[in-house]
Amino acid sequence: MADTTIGGHEGGDANRRDFLYIATSAAAGVGGVLALWPFVDQMNPSADVQALSTTQVDLSPIEVGQTVKVVWQKKPVFIRHRSAEQIESARNVDIDDLPDPQSDEARVQQPQWLVVVGVCTHLGCIPDSDPDNERSKYNGWFCPCHGSDYDTSGRIRLGPAPENLPVPPYEFTGETEILIG
Amino acid sequence: MAHDSTYRPRSAFTRWLDSRLPIMRLAHDSFVDFPTPKNLNYWWTFGGILTFCLVVQIVSGIVLAMHYVPHVDFAFASVEHIMRNVNYGWLIRYIHANGASMFFLAVYIHMFRGLYFGSYKEPREVLWIIGVLIYILMMATAFLGYVLPWGQMSFWAATVITNLFCAMPCVGDVILSWLIGGFAVDNPTLNRFFSLHYLLPFLIFGAVMLHIWALHVPGNNNPAGIDVKGPQDTIPFHPYYTVKDGFALSVFVILFALIVFYAPNILGHPDNYIPADFLNTPEHIVPEWYFLPFYAVLRGVPDLLFIPAKLAGIIVMFLCIITLFLVPWLDFSKVRSARYRPLYKQFFWLFVIACVALGWAGAQSPEGLALWVARIATVYYLAFFWIIMPLLSVIETPKKVPDSISKSVLGGASSSAEPAPAE
Repeated sequence: MADTTIGGHEGGDANRRDFLYIATSAAAGVGGVLALWPFVDQMNPSADVQALSTTQVDLSPIEVGQTVKVVWQKKPVFIRHRSAEQIESARNVDIDDLPDPQSDEARVQQPQWLVVVGVCTHLGCIPDSDPDNERSKYNGWFCPCHGSDYDTSGRIRLGPAPENLPVPPYEFTGETEILIG
Repeated sequence: MAHDSTYRPRSAFTRWLDSRLPIMRLAHDSFVDFPTPKNLNYWWTFGGILTFCLVVQIVSGIVLAMHYVPHVDFAFASVEHIMRNVNYGWLIRYIHANGASMFFLAVYIHMFRGLYFGSYKEPREVLWIIGVLIYILMMATAFLGYVLPWGQMSFWAATVITNLFCAMPCVGDVILSWLIGGFAVDNPTLNRFFSLHYLLPFLIFGAVMLHIWALHVPGNNNPAGIDVKGPQDTIPFHPYYTVKDGFALSVFVILFALIVFYAPNILGHPDNYIPADFLNTPEHIVPEWYFLPFYAVLRGVPDLLFIPAKLAGIIVMFLCIITLFLVPWLDFSKVRSARYRPLYKQFFWLFVIACVALGWAGAQSPEGLALWVARIATVYYLAFFWIIMPLLSVIETPKKVPDSISKSVLGGASSSAEPAPAE
């Protein structure tokens, strides 16, 4: 066999065969991983699912004090047209007393419109809207499963849930129209 | 065991495992230090390629089943959903659909290899029979899978193939309605076809394990068709044949990729992109290319004596397949490889031409030249196995076979070392 040693750098046992061996293994390894990716990615949400990832909502029919549920990414989103008192009661709290401290101002874009994802942060049930104070002490939402009580800003006040109802990403696309997602 | 195990566990754990489940030993003895004839050529790489094809079909098929809906109202749309919406769905479906063609391409080469080099002969008869079983399972699986997209070709393929069974005298109609679960091919048919299409590949997998087992008892045949006489005739499977198989597989995958990426529909039929319509049969209906030879046989056979053409065609077609099981006994020449059988070699290549001619005839309208080509080729196909093979076994004078694999490789200038005693 011909001498196939690559020039004499130190540690110099590396020869042409080692190079071919490593290059082939590397190409096969990288190729294998790349070929695997489609088989992993196919389980991610498909294009038709992604197409439903935003929800446009016309707010104009919602009366003051009224709450509506809309669907965004197969989850309920609560939109409440808050009255002056509800805004007042949401802002008139000592933030440090809250389980998950957050100001009302940080949770709304326009004070009269509260938009939150309606999934209890405890174990995923859907809290009931309760502006009339029947079960919710804070005029917000009361979760029937384990009694988590949310206020008029959708913040957790009582019960086992650890966090406030999350605010989904949304923007006003018109005077009374929002695009969630 | 065909050879003494050379496995030596290197760690405490592998020693512990080896005395409880010697799976590392099995893998080592089967795929690392398996003594393999040193003269295998590239026609021997198709076993590995076929294993690769089976794995690709199973993996891509499981993925497709995550998105496919086996219901007449949704099947076609769900395939389009896979093509348009599912991430890389187009790629995975094209891999699966063309993977079937690549699988058959490889299996046909593998089978012709076996026929040319006499790999079916003693002591490899069981190996060959399991191979024919795998081929039949493959055909069933491919047919069932072709029905699933529920396009026009799917529906009419299902109708035509299931109707083969109604040619059976007396019980035909009963069997047909039992097979398809109704008066015509419909939702129950699609549902059960999906279930069976998912099942059969795992039966194939089991049969492949048996095939490899039956291979590893006598060991590989080889291009010289002579027995291994000792260690000087063999080299270890790894690295010599893992590298050779790997190279051949790479070339095969390049061809596969060219089809998947640049001509994914070249082997398909446009009519299968039309949803199934039970009131209209497509104008030109032909099966996938890998079934064309048998399709040509089916259509070519005329009335035979008192048997009507419909039944006769089916009988002859099944005969063409069943005959394969008997090859180890129809050919009883002691010389395996066609290299040393001057007459058999010529009839073998005529047989290959007959199979290709049947494939061509199957793609034409069954009239005129194509019909007669189909008939002549069918006669030759059967005559090759039933007349030529036994006859040549008796009358042919084979050329002198080499004394050993070593000598055939080294061209007579071999060392004069005595062959080591067989193990």
